Amino acid sequence: MGIEQRRIDDAGLARGMAALTPEKIAKTFQALIAGECGARLRTYVETCMRCGMCGPACHYFLSHDGDPSYAPVGKVSETMWKLLKADGKVDPRVIGDCAQIAYTECNLCRRCMHYCPLGIDTAYIISVVRRLCHKLGVTPMYIQDTAHSHSATLNQMWVKDDEWTDSLQWQEDEARSEFPDLRIPLEMEGADFMYSVIAPEPKFRTQLIYQAAAIFHTAGCNWTMPGTPGWDNSNMAMFSGDAEIMGRVERYHFETAQRLRVKRIVMGECGHAFRAVYDVGNRWLGWKMHPVPVVHSIEFFWELLDQGKIRMASKYPGPVTIHDPCNVIRGRGLMDKLREVVNHICDGVVEMSPNREHNLCCCAGGGVINCGPPFKNVRIVGNKAKADQLKATGVQTCIAPCHNCHGGLEDIIHHYKLGMKLKFLGDIIYEHMEKPGAV
Amino acid sequence: MRELYEFAVGPMAWAAFGVFLIGSVIRLISMYSLARKKDGPFLSYMSWRFGLRSILNWLIPFNAQGWKENPLVCVTTFVFHLGLILVPLFLLGHVVLWDQYWGFSYPTLPEQAADIFTIAVIVACLVFAWRRATNRTLRFVTTGQDWLVLLIAFLPFLTGFLASQHVGPPLVMTTLHVLSGELMLMAIPFTRLSHMIFGLFSRAYMGSEFGGVRHAKDW
Ligand code: SF4
Ligand code: SF4
Repeated sequence: MGIEQRRIDDAGLARGMAALTPEKIAKTFQALIAGECGARLRTYVETCMRCGMCGPACHYFLSHDGDPSYAPVGKVSETMWKLLKADGKVDPRVIGDCAQIAYTECNLCRRCMHYCPLGIDTAYIISVVRRLCHKLGVTPMYIQDTAHSHSATLNQMWVKDDEWTDSLQWQEDEARSEFPDLRIPLEMEGADFMYSVIAPEPKFRTQLIYQAAAIFHTAGCNWTMPGTPGWDNSNMAMFSGDAEIMGRVERYHFETAQRLRVKRIVMGECGHAFRAVYDVGNRWLGWKMHPVPVVHSIEFFWELLDQGKIRMASKYPGPVTIHDPCNVIRGRGLMDKLREVVNHICDGVVEMSPNREHNLCCCAGGGVINCGPPFKNVRIVGNKAKADQLKATGVQTCIAPCHNCHGGLEDIIHHYKLGMKLKFLGDIIYEHMEKPGAV
Repeated sequence: MRELYEFAVGPMAWAAFGVFLIGSVIRLISMYSLARKKDGPFLSYMSWRFGLRSILNWLIPFNAQGWKENPLVCVTTFVFHLGLILVPLFLLGHVVLWDQYWGFSYPTLPEQAADIFTIAVIVACLVFAWRRATNRTLRFVTTGQDWLVLLIAFLPFLTGFLASQHVGPPLVMTTLHVLSGELMLMAIPFTRLSHMIFGLFSRAYMGSEFGGVRHAKDW
């Protein structure tokens, strides 16, 4: 019980800790509290009644048999309260422990907000801890690498500018053997929408771009993709605590859409990216809501099906279950549209329990999967609860309209031998829609 | 003893109400100005509609997910807070004091109901204490202050109940009761009991974010 018994070696954390002195920690912490924190943090710390009601909210807590050091309040107590009590006068080792808890044992999934009567935002408190660790340079190596990539290339995966356009043209080529007049329109000013994806799509899930293009082509959409940086909607700097880079990435994204004079941004099936564009980046940049309308794929597919622009030739043989990704359900309320789409394209749904706003997180989100191999087991063992939940449905297919969730659920399905298939909405729509223009 | 009693219901009562009211107002104002200064962008999401919607939904027992999955805490918390509000405000013995010192009165709780609520609060405190002592999560996060505030809330009810049942010397019991009640009032703005002042706001803020931005419920 407690972080001392489960420390994990990570090159980034070790290097960061080695460069710290207690003075530097105290100075940075005090400046952070005085500068960036205000009434929210103070109220939360003061009014938390230590009632423990938030414990059963957290999949880590559930998966570890109620180990209190995994309860939301337990994690806050081991990090922020400890730091506040000592006014930041702690050893580098404590910062290393705080970093491991904040980056790898909380997905910022906000499920615990449904459990705390006082409305205490544990995810916010944990992100303040991450902000501190970032300022102190104590960040897990892998997530830091993605933040560096954002900083240098404005995308998450070191995709070079020409590789980006190459990948799109390659997918266009491929798709033209199925739809001879298909285009992936680059840099088309005044299009109805700009389609943005996360960097892993051009990097190693290129077929998703093909599928999206096929769907938009079939629906007769007037769309475009940018030919310049600003195309990537993912944002790991948001999770590493690097608000400055996070803001820069989001500004580029919005400005790219504005330069293309599109009416809105349609985003691929990713949750964290949606959170960054929909409600984090805009705040940092001084916009109450995002300056360009932002639509997640779930909603966009819903529109296409609702307006009859896409018709299904067949249904995916079911039954399937639905995983509700935190960032578009608790973060955007798309649970009903998601269900309408799934019911329309699949043959029968078996719901997980609990579901909708109360669904358990995939344990990959919040940057946890991006902390890389050293922490893979943390999220697999830490989400046995999800495996049980999936198993209880007894179905063969799980629909998860989010990249992060796919990453997390794949590992869980494999580890717990659930033998389930994972699908994006786009996978199924592409496979089963009517394709009048196809040869 | 007589003098102590006179002191407790006289100057000390003034002081206690003063500290409670002025302290609460000052804390609210200073927290609000801190929020304006530092959390401005977040304040702008505050919405009456969604804030109240969230508060109301949390005020229904077993409605929110947190209540559903913590049934014992749910029942205890509702009983405790109900008693905590009803007994001090509507007990005959208290209303008589209002009348005596300020010259106004209002309907009171039937004596039996007051007794039941008092006992319920005492039992609720014991349940809280039992959980704090035995529940793994609570043991992990409990600090001295958590025990202190529980004791502060417990004492006025215990002494009040004993006094009403004529246990112990009446004057001593009554004096202890008055003093512990005053201690609780004065502790509200400066301890965790301040969740009485701030809790509605943190709940309303969460409700506003969830309702207005995230289009999802937060209960
Ligand atoms: S992982 Fe989710 S439920 Fe657990 S503490 Fe973090 S935000 Fe709360
Ligand atoms: S439920 Fe809320 S008040 Fe209770 S321990 Fe958790 S964060 Fe604190």
